[in-house]
Amino acid sequence: MEFIRQMLVITGKDLRAELRTKEAINASLAFALVILLLFSFAFDPSEETTREISGGLLWIVFAFAGTLVLNRSFAREVPNDCLDGLVAAPISAAALFMGKALANFALVLAVELVSLPVFGIFYNVQWTRQFWALLLVLALGTWGLTVIGMIFSALTVNIRLRELMLPLLVYPVMIPALMGAMRLSTDLVAGKPLSSENDVWLRLLVAFDAVFSALSLVLVDTVLVG
Amino acid sequence: MRAVAAEGVWKFYGDYPALRDVILHAEPGQCLALIGRNGAGKTTLLRIIAGFSKAGRGHVRIFGNDPRETETRRRVGFIGHGISVYDELSALENLMLFGRLYHLPDPRKTAMEWLERTGLERAKDGLVREFSRGMRQRLAVARAFLHQPSVLLLDEPFTALDDRAIAVLQRLLKQALAEGRTVILSTHQLREALELATHVALLNRGAIAFHGERTPEMVSDPGWVYARYGEG
Amino acid sequence: MREKIIYGLGVIAAVLLARNLYSIFMQLPDEASQGMIYRIIFFHVPAAITAMLCSAVACVESAMFLITRNFKHDAIALSTTEVGLAFLAANLVTGSIWGRIIWGIWWTWDARLTSALICWVLYAGYLMLRRAIEEPAERARISAVFNIFAFTDVPIVFFSIKWWRTQHPQPVFWGGGSIDPDMFRTAALNLLALCLLATVLVLIRLRQEEVQREIDTMRRYAHAI
Repeated sequence: MEFIRQMLVITGKDLRAELRTKEAINASLAFALVILLLFSFAFDPSEETTREISGGLLWIVFAFAGTLVLNRSFAREVPNDCLDGLVAAPISAAALFMGKALANFALVLAVELVSLPVFGIFYNVQWTRQFWALLLVLALGTWGLTVIGMIFSALTVNIRLRELMLPLLVYPVMIPALMGAMRLSTDLVAGKPLSSENDVWLRLLVAFDAVFSALSLVLVDTVLVG
Repeated sequence: MRAVAAEGVWKFYGDYPALRDVILHAEPGQCLALIGRNGAGKTTLLRIIAGFSKAGRGHVRIFGNDPRETETRRRVGFIGHGISVYDELSALENLMLFGRLYHLPDPRKTAMEWLERTGLERAKDGLVREFSRGMRQRLAVARAFLHQPSVLLLDEPFTALDDRAIAVLQRLLKQALAEGRTVILSTHQLREALELATHVALLNRGAIAFHGERTPEMVSDPGWVYARYGEG
Repeated sequence: MREKIIYGLGVIAAVLLARNLYSIFMQLPDEASQGMIYRIIFFHVPAAITAMLCSAVACVESAMFLITRNFKHDAIALSTTEVGLAFLAANLVTGSIWGRIIWGIWWTWDARLTSALICWVLYAGYLMLRRAIEEPAERARISAVFNIFAFTDVPIVFFSIKWWRTQHPQPVFWGGGSIDPDMFRTAALNLLALCLLATVLVLIRLRQEEVQREIDTMRRYAHAI
């Protein structure tokens, strides 16, 4: 219970700080919209093509925009040596990590939920046919992205080329999860339900999330305390 | 039981020893001034005592326990080079955050108390990024003292403080010592530190060159320890 | 002593490789469907296996470093990752050449080649990460954690790419059917040769790391005076 309470203290702090400045979330949203715009020039958005690439396009947008937010997750603790204050406090590194993960998960998900309708409008796609299943995929994929983005943000917090390094480290590791999310999203946006055909990807997402969440929780203390 | 005990602490950067066989201790109610030139290892040692990094060899014990244990962390207050408060939050929000993290019974009340004690009560809702340097330092002090720690570890706390902030800090430290808490502070500002100190330790190139009680000679001539025990 | 081991292993590896090359080119017949080019498999597959072994060792050594904080483990993790990366590159290049000869294209999204490419990028990230951190203890700790993440991802990558490819079947390099025992033996021997070669390279790299650490330490001593 103490764990959850402390976790939520951190979640509250991160959300409050971010919503006050809105730096990361604004940049992320703007980036998402720009990518959506750019892609419309990359190919001719006929109905056929759009349907085939919808999942891929969406998750490229989510991955890139999400990384902007996730980079900030531990980077915001660097000014004033705030990370010292958190590490010195009687909170376990795992609770600190989960607290931040929840906050960042919420922020990235918010950006995605705004991007979806914009995508629907720009590309003339009706994406709500399998709404709840799509939301589930969004949640699972975003959680994987959040966990990896955050643990690597913690890893690179003291490195000078942090902003450059983080995407280079995150995207290769994310490929399996992104692929699963892309495949599922393409099907779901096209209106196909979850079935035995594509649920292997769902299982992949769940396994990915479980494995890397566990690994992150185990190793985060080593990462944060020298 | 010793409040703080460092036994045979070594710290390596690569193969280079930044701390060499450091043996140091402090009892409750003592104020230990840790002095030494730049690069001597004061910050490294303090951060190991505070639990931010691990000793390569040897260990540190606070009240007999490892500094990283949750119960121990509850009893330690640390002020490093940074103020460890958030620019985007207000003074009150910052203190309440730490109050909650340290599981204080009434975070808001305690936060308000400490804002008053550090002279920041009128700025309680101001965002820290709008504060002056002295105000930021005083807030850092409030943060460190908030949870009534038994051990206070301060890394060059008087550096870049304005005189008002120095006065606040000295007052709070004297009070803390009178209450039986333990203070270890590293410093260049020998005069302010030696006023408060009961004991002095000189760190020279990672090794303890002197550790003993503060004497009247030290107070009247702060450079005395360096001259006697340091290297040039 | 260490030098003698390196030379000794190097000689054995060279002799074995020479013998294998002889048998590959002189003794074994052409394969039924692929002709001459199939001989590349004697390097393509063992290179991949060697790379996998290297990455497994690197992961174990990374974990050992985190537990013991002994820099020897960090040096081994770095050396095996670098050598593994080189062998993985060899795997990718031989695979690409093979594909060009057989199907006329430099790259097919064959499941195993694609996975190998992703793993290559993963571990290249490890090297980049190391380069970005100057302090040795922090560098060792951070890169050790990353190495564990990378290695955990490897099986996930392999499975996910395999499932992706089964949905979009592409030409597979090795058709079904049994393998001629002579060919199998040659392949196994070449795997041994490549592993020996890898060991030699790792030992040489380890020596380099040791010397570098000594230099760094002396430099710090010099600055401190």
